[in-house]
Amino acid sequence: MNTAIAEIQPGKPILAMDHISLSFGGVKAIRDVSFDIRKGEIRAIIGPNGAGKTSLLNVINGFYHPQEGIINYKGAKRNDMKPYVAASQGIARTFQNVALFAGMSTLDNIMSGRMLKMKVALPWHIIRFGPAEREEIEHREFVEQIIDFLEIQAIRRTPVGRLPYGLQKRVELGRALAMEPELLLLDEPMAGMNLEEKEDMSRFVLDVNDQFGTTIALIEHDMGVVMDISDRVIVLDYGQKIADGTPDEVKNNQNVIDAYLGVAH
Amino acid sequence: MSDTTLKPSRASMSAGKRNWLVTAALFAAAVVGSLVVGEGSLVYEIFVSPFLFVVEAPDLFVQVIWEGLVAGTLYALLGLGFVLIFKASGVFNFAQGIMVVFGALSLVGFYAAGIPAILSLLLSIAMMYVLAWTVERVVLRPLVNQDPLILFMATIGLTYFLIGFGEFIFGGEPKTMITEEIGLPSGSYSFDFMGGFVSLQKLDIAAAVIAAILVGCLAVFFNKTKVGRALRAVADDHQAALSVGITLRQIWVIVWFAAGIVALTTGIMWGARSDVSFALQIVALKALPVIILGGLTSIPGAIIGGLIIGISEKLAEFYWGPLVGGSIESWVPYFIALGFLWFRPQGLFGEKIIDRI
Amino acid sequence: MFYRETGQFKTSYRTDQAVFPIKQDAIGIWVLLAILFIVVPLTFNDFWLNSIMIPTLIFSLAAIGLNLLLGYAGQISLGTGGFMGVGAYSCYKLTTIFPDVNILIPILLSGFVAAAVGVLFGIPSLRIKGFYLAIATLASQFFLVWAFGRIEWLYNYNPSGAIEVPTRRIFDIAVTGPHATSMTRYLIILSIVVVLTWVASNLVRGRIGRAWMAIRDMDIAAELIGIKLLQTKLTAFAISSYYAGVAGALMVFMWLGAAEVESFDINHSFLILFMVVIGGSGSLIGSFMGAAFIWVLPIFLRSAPDYIGLEIGAATVEHINFMVVGALIIFFLIVEPNGIARLWQIGKEKLRRWPFPY
Repeated sequence: MNTAIAEIQPGKPILAMDHISLSFGGVKAIRDVSFDIRKGEIRAIIGPNGAGKTSLLNVINGFYHPQEGIINYKGAKRNDMKPYVAASQGIARTFQNVALFAGMSTLDNIMSGRMLKMKVALPWHIIRFGPAEREEIEHREFVEQIIDFLEIQAIRRTPVGRLPYGLQKRVELGRALAMEPELLLLDEPMAGMNLEEKEDMSRFVLDVNDQFGTTIALIEHDMGVVMDISDRVIVLDYGQKIADGTPDEVKNNQNVIDAYLGVAH
Repeated sequence: MSDTTLKPSRASMSAGKRNWLVTAALFAAAVVGSLVVGEGSLVYEIFVSPFLFVVEAPDLFVQVIWEGLVAGTLYALLGLGFVLIFKASGVFNFAQGIMVVFGALSLVGFYAAGIPAILSLLLSIAMMYVLAWTVERVVLRPLVNQDPLILFMATIGLTYFLIGFGEFIFGGEPKTMITEEIGLPSGSYSFDFMGGFVSLQKLDIAAAVIAAILVGCLAVFFNKTKVGRALRAVADDHQAALSVGITLRQIWVIVWFAAGIVALTTGIMWGARSDVSFALQIVALKALPVIILGGLTSIPGAIIGGLIIGISEKLAEFYWGPLVGGSIESWVPYFIALGFLWFRPQGLFGEKIIDRI
Repeated sequence: MFYRETGQFKTSYRTDQAVFPIKQDAIGIWVLLAILFIVVPLTFNDFWLNSIMIPTLIFSLAAIGLNLLLGYAGQISLGTGGFMGVGAYSCYKLTTIFPDVNILIPILLSGFVAAAVGVLFGIPSLRIKGFYLAIATLASQFFLVWAFGRIEWLYNYNPSGAIEVPTRRIFDIAVTGPHATSMTRYLIILSIVVVLTWVASNLVRGRIGRAWMAIRDMDIAAELIGIKLLQTKLTAFAISSYYAGVAGALMVFMWLGAAEVESFDINHSFLILFMVVIGGSGSLIGSFMGAAFIWVLPIFLRSAPDYIGLEIGAATVEHINFMVVGALIIFFLIVEPNGIARLWQIGKEKLRRWPFPY
């Protein structure tokens, strides 16, 4: 496997998917989809339910492996990347159904995002003071910045299982940010939120993109949000790509209108 | 880069196939190796000698298989009780073992109190109903929707309670099952077989027949009756079942009662073979590899799992046990189950565990 | 009124991350340690030390071990008894092979043997999850007990099949065997338990503990944020078994004085499991509370009829004992499924607001 990772310049593709197909038994979840994500952009993936959007994210971060096609991440082919390899190479994500560690506090959840950056070996953890504690404090400082950024100081010590849904989504974003990702995958970050929460979340997404230069791919159903915040949009239907372009281009695409409003096939 | 179109299906299937191939190759190598090394060596004793013995004394082999089948039937019955309850209520019922003892003890106890055998049997069945009702009311209802581990612990608590209760009422000493009084046959059939002879206990044959009838009745009950269908609905989804008007409480009582009857049957059969004592409760742990091997939610799984465990533990004990000093029956079943699980983590007939995110 | 953190501002992450960030708690733990190390040895008689304090501490250690695995890493184990046995037998072998070595060294080393065995039987956790995993630990439980009985080398070919603890001295003071006083043994056990508890609390507060809990709460998500599942699970198995092994060695060498196979059977594993669940899984304090509760309750029940002047046969007491323990376990699970530790926590929360709850 080619592990040489080139530094990608802004505007150049950080991830390229080439003729990707994925099926489960006889069900074809993704059929021959090609697209790329450029460094620094916000890329939206939209489409009706069951269009294969989440499967696509799962392919990107190595949870599923496509039967056909080539995934090129940061200049290297990455078809059988294991999830933790994906994580270690800068791909972080959030999930449609919040996948937080319910029994742990907000702080611990976000700290767990620093796992890959923490290197101190087991023996030091046994006595704690010394390197283990220094490392802990160092990462705690970083995590506190994220907590400030997401405005969740008040729930620092609360077990996330007890938090309302909107806050859980925010904590999950925090955990992903703690990984300092180059490519951030967001699976319906605003699902089930009220208007105010959606506005907050949109602001966070834009700020992350803006301040840290993080490339973001997001799945979202709220068209208003998608059109507002994304640079380019890809539309899936029945596992196929039916449109790809700027929000305006996609909005006026006949295939997209058909897919959403329904036509007699 | 040439591995551009890596197929996951190919990758995963070939991993499975490769495992089997490696296993087969190792086994073949061991056999060939031991033949080269010759008689008396450890490899020879493990890989060749037992099979030669099978060929030399086929009657013994058949006898061992039969013993395994009989033990397997009892394991299958035990496992059946577990599976019934696990399927319908998600409870990993550790108390199934003590229910077996309790059922058998009450039967013997009623008879000892001067009640006719048949009436004692009916009373014992009634006793199992009372037990089921009480368990639902006192243990399950307050613990509904708890973590499976909590429910499992609660059934261990129930086991402790029933051990104390049973000993308090019936006394701790072993008792003899009233085999003949309830119409079970005794004695054995013997017949010649390939130069030797094989002996089958009539009681064991009866046990197998009764077990088969019991399983048949349960199958009819689950598939043909309204209650049975409701029960399967509950097994699939508690909340969905509630929303179509099935009351969970009744279902649980019925299911624990059914498991109780299975336990009573097991207790009678087991008691008839040895005696009725609380030591049986520990033997009931054997049901764990059985159901885990079969898949926790599958009734055919429990039966086939029981037979696999029964036969293989007897074969292992008879042919390989002497090599290491015997009594390997105590742990071999767990390793067999573990071996199966390595290739099928959900058990033979269990629903496939799908990782979703 | 007195238990309140008002005014205790933390000015560094270091103090914020302390085990007991609230000053009253920190003082409390030192007071408790002073009582355990000074007051208890001075005031308790042999019966109390031998039948209550020593076994409670040893079982607490085993419970902490299981708690690390079950309560923190979420991997079920029904094999604690077997792992304790590994510790006991390896300690016995080590000290009979090297009789002049300070006995504390074999005791602490025996945990590593248990850890190795624990890792071996933890490997199936790579593929097998939940209750299915119980089978792997049950396999270890039954296999180990069988091996303890069959492999004569393990008990030095003793015709009785038991291991008998030889007398070992540190600075001329007998610490094991028949000549060791219960106070000496109590103090040694207490020291080991305190140190290992401190280690456990260090582990669970840092990266290791978070990786364990992440796997417990959602293993797929844990993998996706970069946690290596197998490595983390095996670490949990190793450390958990280490604790069980040391507890087993202490049990035989510092408490029972001799042991047979039955000392490590499946009932033992269940006993420890109860201590963890009743005490509160995922709580170190809970391990102590669970161990104390499960161990002391039967002793109390046994002596209760005497106190109220009832004449009941010993067998009957034993039967009633079983019933009461069983019923209490169910009762506890119903009242507080998260264990005594949760009750303790709720109590503390209430205390912080007392007497003005809002």
